[in-house]
Amino acid sequence: MPAGIVSYGAYIPRYRIRAEEIARVWGEREDMARSLNVFQKSVPDLDEDAVTIAVEASRNAVKRASVDPARIGAIYAGSESHPYAVKPTATIVGEAIGVDHQLTAADFEFACKAGTAAVQACLGLVSANLIDLGLAIGTDTSQGAPGDALEYTAAAGGAAFIIGREDLAAEIEGFYSFTTDTPDFWRREGMAYPEHGGRFTGEPGYFKHVTSATLGLLAKMKTGPEDYDYAVFHQPNGKFPERVAKRLGFSRDQIEPGLVVPWIGNTYSGSSLIGLAATLDVASPGERILLASFGSGAGSDAFSIRVRDAIDEIRDRAPKVRDYFEDVVYLDYAVYAKHKGKLRL
Amino acid sequence: MSTVPRFWRHIPQRYNLVGTHCKNCDEYYFPPRTICPTCRRAARMEDHKFRGEGEVVTFTTIYNATDDFKRQTPYNLAIIELSEGPRLTGQVICSPSEIEIGMRVRPVFRILGKDGDRGIIYYGTKFVPAGGPI
Amino acid sequence: MRSVSIIGAGCTKFGERWDDSLRDLVVETGIMALEDASVSGEEIDGLYVGNMSGGRFVEQEHIGALISDCAGLSRLHVPSTRVEAACASGGLALRQGVLAVASGYSDVVIAAGVEKMTDVTGGVAADALAAAADREWECFFGATFPALYAMIARLHMHRYGTTREELAEVAVKNHHNGCSNPISQYQVEITIDEVLRSPLVADPLRVLDCSPITDGAAAVVLAPTEEAKKYSDGPVRILAAAQASDTLALHDRRDITTLDASVFAARKAFSQAGLAPGDVDLAEVHDAFTIGEIVAIEDLGFVEKGKGGRAVSDGLTSIGGEIPVNTSGGLKACGHPVGATGIKQAYEMVLQLRGEAGKRQVEGAQVGLTHNVGGCGGTAIVHIMSR
Repeated sequence: MPAGIVSYGAYIPRYRIRAEEIARVWGEREDMARSLNVFQKSVPDLDEDAVTIAVEASRNAVKRASVDPARIGAIYAGSESHPYAVKPTATIVGEAIGVDHQLTAADFEFACKAGTAAVQACLGLVSANLIDLGLAIGTDTSQGAPGDALEYTAAAGGAAFIIGREDLAAEIEGFYSFTTDTPDFWRREGMAYPEHGGRFTGEPGYFKHVTSATLGLLAKMKTGPEDYDYAVFHQPNGKFPERVAKRLGFSRDQIEPGLVVPWIGNTYSGSSLIGLAATLDVASPGERILLASFGSGAGSDAFSIRVRDAIDEIRDRAPKVRDYFEDVVYLDYAVYAKHKGKLRL
Repeated sequence: MSTVPRFWRHIPQRYNLVGTHCKNCDEYYFPPRTICPTCRRAARMEDHKFRGEGEVVTFTTIYNATDDFKRQTPYNLAIIELSEGPRLTGQVICSPSEIEIGMRVRPVFRILGKDGDRGIIYYGTKFVPAGGPI
Repeated sequence: MRSVSIIGAGCTKFGERWDDSLRDLVVETGIMALEDASVSGEEIDGLYVGNMSGGRFVEQEHIGALISDCAGLSRLHVPSTRVEAACASGGLALRQGVLAVASGYSDVVIAAGVEKMTDVTGGVAADALAAAADREWECFFGATFPALYAMIARLHMHRYGTTREELAEVAVKNHHNGCSNPISQYQVEITIDEVLRSPLVADPLRVLDCSPITDGAAAVVLAPTEEAKKYSDGPVRILAAAQASDTLALHDRRDITTLDASVFAARKAFSQAGLAPGDVDLAEVHDAFTIGEIVAIEDLGFVEKGKGGRAVSDGLTSIGGEIPVNTSGGLKACGHPVGATGIKQAYEMVLQLRGEAGKRQVEGAQVGLTHNVGGCGGTAIVHIMSR
């Protein structure tokens, strides 16, 4: 029985900091923004974290398809910035969207791909008829050490997908995952900021995994890049997804609707899922979307998705990704540092 | 600021504005009341989840707060009249120059406070101006 | 019911009393009141003390026994009761004392109030005071006391056209009055401009709209009126002792710009005394914030709702005006040791009605009213007294 996306919702905080403002503080070259293709990134409010973002995205998903939260049998929340080291994000989301309490829940962590892993877990339970609906969330208020290259991109945002068998807005036709033990990026227990392997995060990390998963999926589905109307690749910056798309034979037009990183930065667990949400915001029934996430450590989950008729009914019932690009408030580095808790009090 | 059981007991109210409705007089209450002040012993109370949309009745911007809130200043506090009738006190997230009496607001899910660096995080409802792009 | 009179009164200097503990303040005021009343310890058969938050301010509860002990009454085993109604704790102690004597259950009763507030930081004090509001449904969201009164002020300004300057006039007048009160915390004149330039606390209220953090204690001695002359040459008769309550949270009130508790307490008090607002020569009202005084003179019936601000700037409430308000300097200038305030108001009234108020004396004062509020109107207590 086909399974897929019943509804989806995204949330991006209102605040932004420009890459040039970060470069100014650290004396970096002015064309940093252009070299990363990230001009600004989202910043959470003082009272926002991965939980509040997950709740807002999930409420948007529930609202978009008027889903009865009592039907949700599983909640998996993927993040690398869960506010609690021990105590699930997923249970808070469940209570906040008003589930009945007969459900299973857990938090996932797999760097930037915990959200797509949550989608797969829900898909398994739904496809096996073990639950009616599953809620998969990718949410982060990611951290980059002051002055580190990550600081230009580490952003805040999230997306939530309700996975089910009936009333699909988009069918997940299949997925293919590729996973190895590659320490390209990590954060040790108790540390405030992650460490990374610099250029090692590129070829052996992002490109090897995204390419392997995508090629694996295309082979499994017996499809080629030309069979997809859109493609969404994990977007740690604006350059990597462009480069990997080109390498795999996808055009700029195919990735353009889902490429949101230049305006909001890398929302980590939210990143590829927000890209998918932005694509669903514009896709028409019958169109196909290829999604490939990437999580350091490392792995990539690639999905083949076909949009169905229901998308037209539900699309406008909740805020779209690009609605969150409007009415933003820019912060200087000092206020940004306060928002991100970078000042030790 | 609070304790674990005191916070936990009010999670439905904090997260989802669950109040009460008296079926006898059709009056709505938030925060919830066990006894309807109008009907008292004749009251027939049931839970009611408020939509959370409402209007600013009056407001202030706080510049000098208690220790728990001093890192948030300045912040707006308002009395909000919910569409269903009852009034509550809550924070309105917007610039102090933007808030005004009669402004429509809608609820958002935010951190209300934290029990220091080691204790629990108090999540709940704040408000933002309604009618923006989102 | 017996008529009750105040036969003696005492009050400490209000202010930051760094050298003195809560116990020291109690002893100081107790001695003053008992000397004034010329009663002996053996004659005292009841003690009521208003104290809002010994637990938060000095980590001491069981204030009833404590003050009886400090006052040297422990060997007489006098019943001593601490009462609490937030900032109206003092007014409540007075009323409980009046009820005890009026009922015939006690004959000579001390009603006292005390608060020692400066042993904790400003933040802790603000949080302790905020406990008088609704902890779960106001303070939890960041409400402070100035914030609640600021919301009253905002709506009063919006609805009645009350101006920022009129609020400032209250502080200017009360500071002026405080200058001629030796116990006043502040004895310095301020200008409207200074109020308007003082830092914002909770917009529209500024630092100089707010009563300060104060240490202080006050006590009065009560006896049946028929025996009052035995103790005092100038007893002051309690004509009414009324109390009313309202919702704890401001948002639940019928009208946010009216303290219904004040309205109901005043109505009961005037009915008990057989008087009308026009019969009152002067009043001590609860001006924890400048807007509080404006709302109070409306709710007590001295001026029409919405006209309070204008009344202050027209000089109606100044000494020499139609109804002088807060001749002591009020909570604003004289200081606001929360549990003591209600008793200090009675102390000021005793001085005024005896004609002993010096430069701030209201000529020919015969009937005075005191008005003490708990929280932002959850409790209101009104006493009317005459010489």
